[in-house]
Amino acid sequence: MLRLEGVTAAYGPIVALRGVSLAVEPGTVVTLLGANGAGKTSTLRVISGLLRPQAGTVEYDGVRLDRLSPDRIVRLGIVQVPEGRQLFAQLTVRENLELGAYLRRDRAGIRQDLERVFSYFPILAERQRQAAGSLSGGEQQMLAIGRGLMARPRLLLLDEPSLGLAPLVTREIFRIIRTINEREGLTVLLVEQNARLALDIARKGYVLETGRVVLSDLAENLRRNEEVRRSYLGY
Amino acid sequence: MEGLLAGLPGAMPVFLAPAPWEDWSLFGEQIVLGLLTGALYALVALAIVLIYRSTDIINFAQSEMAMFGTFAMWSIWLSGVPLFSNPWMLLVLAGLFGLGMGAVVERVVIRPVEGKPVLTIVVVTLGLFLLLNSVATWIWAQGELPKVFPSPLSVLESIKVGFATIPEHRLLIFAVGAAAMVLLGLLFNYTKLGLAMRATAQNPLAAQLMGINVGNMLTVGWALSGALGGIAGALIAPVVTLHPAFMLPVILYAFSAAVLGGLNSVPGAVVGGFIIGVGENLLATYTPRAIFGPEMSLPLALMLLVVILLVRPTGLLGERTVRKV
Repeated sequence: MLRLEGVTAAYGPIVALRGVSLAVEPGTVVTLLGANGAGKTSTLRVISGLLRPQAGTVEYDGVRLDRLSPDRIVRLGIVQVPEGRQLFAQLTVRENLELGAYLRRDRAGIRQDLERVFSYFPILAERQRQAAGSLSGGEQQMLAIGRGLMARPRLLLLDEPSLGLAPLVTREIFRIIRTINEREGLTVLLVEQNARLALDIARKGYVLETGRVVLSDLAENLRRNEEVRRSYLGY
Repeated sequence: MEGLLAGLPGAMPVFLAPAPWEDWSLFGEQIVLGLLTGALYALVALAIVLIYRSTDIINFAQSEMAMFGTFAMWSIWLSGVPLFSNPWMLLVLAGLFGLGMGAVVERVVIRPVEGKPVLTIVVVTLGLFLLLNSVATWIWAQGELPKVFPSPLSVLESIKVGFATIPEHRLLIFAVGAAAMVLLGLLFNYTKLGLAMRATAQNPLAAQLMGINVGNMLTVGWALSGALGGIAGALIAPVVTLHPAFMLPVILYAFSAAVLGGLNSVPGAVVGGFIIGVGENLLATYTPRAIFGPEMSLPLALMLLVVILLVRPTGLLGERTVRKV
């Protein structure tokens, strides 16, 4: 269980989060909605240890995360698939996936997970020896998610997986995220501009505005919420 | 580095120079000799590239770190401990000392300015240059200079290989240099540590998200770079003898080699090193001394540097980096 309590964070003079509190229950998909600059990515950065909060606490299964280094947080099973993919463009698909399992020592388990990732994303198996930078946008997103899965995460933080992708590709990726969640019980915290798709697969959602949580509810309620419909669903 | 290494054919008239077609075996010999020296440049170029790739800075103290280490080895050699009087042992120690020095410099000097503007870090490395140079002068340059540094092989003896007469010591430079490069290649391409270092050099943010301790990777990079520099220093010191400025010409050639190959390319550093080594030998042999004498080879290497930076800043094998803000 991940819990943020009154998290405030800033980039120099620019305040990004003003007392964000939220909780992600194990086995669920939770989504963060909000406009550009609302603080969605900053929230993920705080959880991953890339951005130090000025106030508030981040707790995962009773462990305080807000003072740990990023690599320690990965060690706890919290893995981020960052916005814009952030692949190692000149390394091969296979090397990218191996790096996802960087902290693991169980060779057999890593091999198993490689097969598992290939079964979710067969195209990656075909392109194993290609440089990651040569893949199409959708394939790159699949690789980024696959790389995240190679860490065998307990909590996956997904930042804008639909960014720059064609609608059909986006839907395919969301379908796979849902499958992974349902089949493996993987907990997912999803940041997404495409609110409709996000609310389709999430159980719960938080709406952020200028660094604050302004609304939180079950996804089905948010889908019916007047405010959300007007601002994020576009009808 | 004609002035340092090349055995130029005796008394050549000042305004005349042989042409390659007059003596092909001389030509071949100069190419071989150039390749052998090139290994040294490649080694030091690699040291520069290792740091540049991972931190985007040129370590201007590279030469002085190597110089300092070599002087330290000299002291160890003189200490009289039997184990350390063996020149082979001294080479190994030079590498280890460089390894440690690189790591310490990264942790103590570079870490505090990490993330600061590039200029800040550059000034810090320049400061380190001056510091090491002064301290070395203070400790070691009081007495007679230059000092003799031992080599496992003879500096004066040559062996005949086919058409070429090769000084034994140059073979040593090549063998040790090539071995170090091969080991580095194996490390980068076939180990997890190497993969993590390549990943960190490409995308530090993503590397962090993989759980890689990026700070440690930087330390390892500096340590390896220090080791290469230390070995290079101990390899060349027996030829040029030891004084506080002895690494300067080497570092300038190596820097030209690194830029020629592409500052962020590991294979580029090797290729650049060999090209500079051969080019230097051929130029020294086939141009009249009055025009491009030995004392001109260093300015030429620097001119080459300027020309490459103007015409093709990415070098031969370098990757163009696009900076996103």
